[in-house]
Amino acid sequence: MSAAKHQPVSLGTYVMVWLALLALTALTITVASLHFGRWSVLAAIVIATIKGTLVLFYFMHLRYEDRVFRIMLLLALFTLAIIMLLTFVDVLLR
Amino acid sequence: MSTPTAHEYHPDATGSKIGMWLFLFTELLLFGGMFLLYAVYRIKNPVDFHYASLNLDTKVGALNTVILLTSSLTMVLAIGMLERRNRKASLWFLIITIGFGVWFLINKYFEWSHKIHHGLYPGSEELTGRTAGENLFYSLYFLMTGLHGIHVIAGLVVLGVMTWLVGKPHQRTLPLTALTADARAGAVAVTVEYSEDATLDQQKLIRLENAGLYWHLVDVIWIFLFPLFYLIS
Repeated sequence: MSAAKHQPVSLGTYVMVWLALLALTALTITVASLHFGRWSVLAAIVIATIKGTLVLFYFMHLRYEDRVFRIMLLLALFTLAIIMLLTFVDVLLR
Repeated sequence: MSTPTAHEYHPDATGSKIGMWLFLFTELLLFGGMFLLYAVYRIKNPVDFHYASLNLDTKVGALNTVILLTSSLTMVLAIGMLERRNRKASLWFLIITIGFGVWFLINKYFEWSHKIHHGLYPGSEELTGRTAGENLFYSLYFLMTGLHGIHVIAGLVVLGVMTWLVGKPHQRTLPLTALTADARAGAVAVTVEYSEDATLDQQKLIRLENAGLYWHLVDVIWIFLFPLFYLIS
């Protein structure tokens, strides 16, 4: 909406994000090969979440958009979280 | 020509992006439901999932991850180039992005063929002799990577249309009403002064950005699929 929003993001930023994504991919493969057992799953999910957030905020421009986009995403994730939570409560405490 | 307003186009970048994001949320919930299914079955069959996962080739999975991540980079570069009014570079980055998408699918084809060749597909004789957990793993593997693959194909179709659209000669986007009557009469002359690449076609840019959003979402989904199927230890 504002003029500032149309300021193109520097291409160097995109390349840096890409390098970070590659590094995190290498990290997740390394961590998985170390066999941390139960913690491996958690580490894999945490790293995947960081990578996903990088893509969402930089490649998908969430960082530069109006706030309404981030609120909408939170609402969608909140909905998903409720569905997951209720399912786990049902499955694990049955 | 009597009504110049008929040629006007009011780009509403925010409105059109909100529409795209709303669609992406439905995708998020679609895949979210499947990840939930995966989580529940994995909690119930941790050992079977581990053994079944050993049959997946981590190298192919990692290669495909790198391919998709790089295709996301070339996608934002295509958008960045169009923003900078460099249509030719934008087109090249789009074509490279499509190339990466096709490469991803080719790898996927060989990967699936290999599994099916070894009798690892839902309902196969080989799998019916194994544990329920391993059967669940392979059902989920084919379902989720298959649905993801369909999204990659859809993304490629969208990118193909975008290549055609960006490659098409520019539409004139000069707001005629913004000009004085005198300038309006000379509007044709005004547009000629802009070289083809110098004018930023707002409509093209919005569409390319929305196509990019879809492509990146497909990437985000793969970012989660990769460790959950290939890296179980």
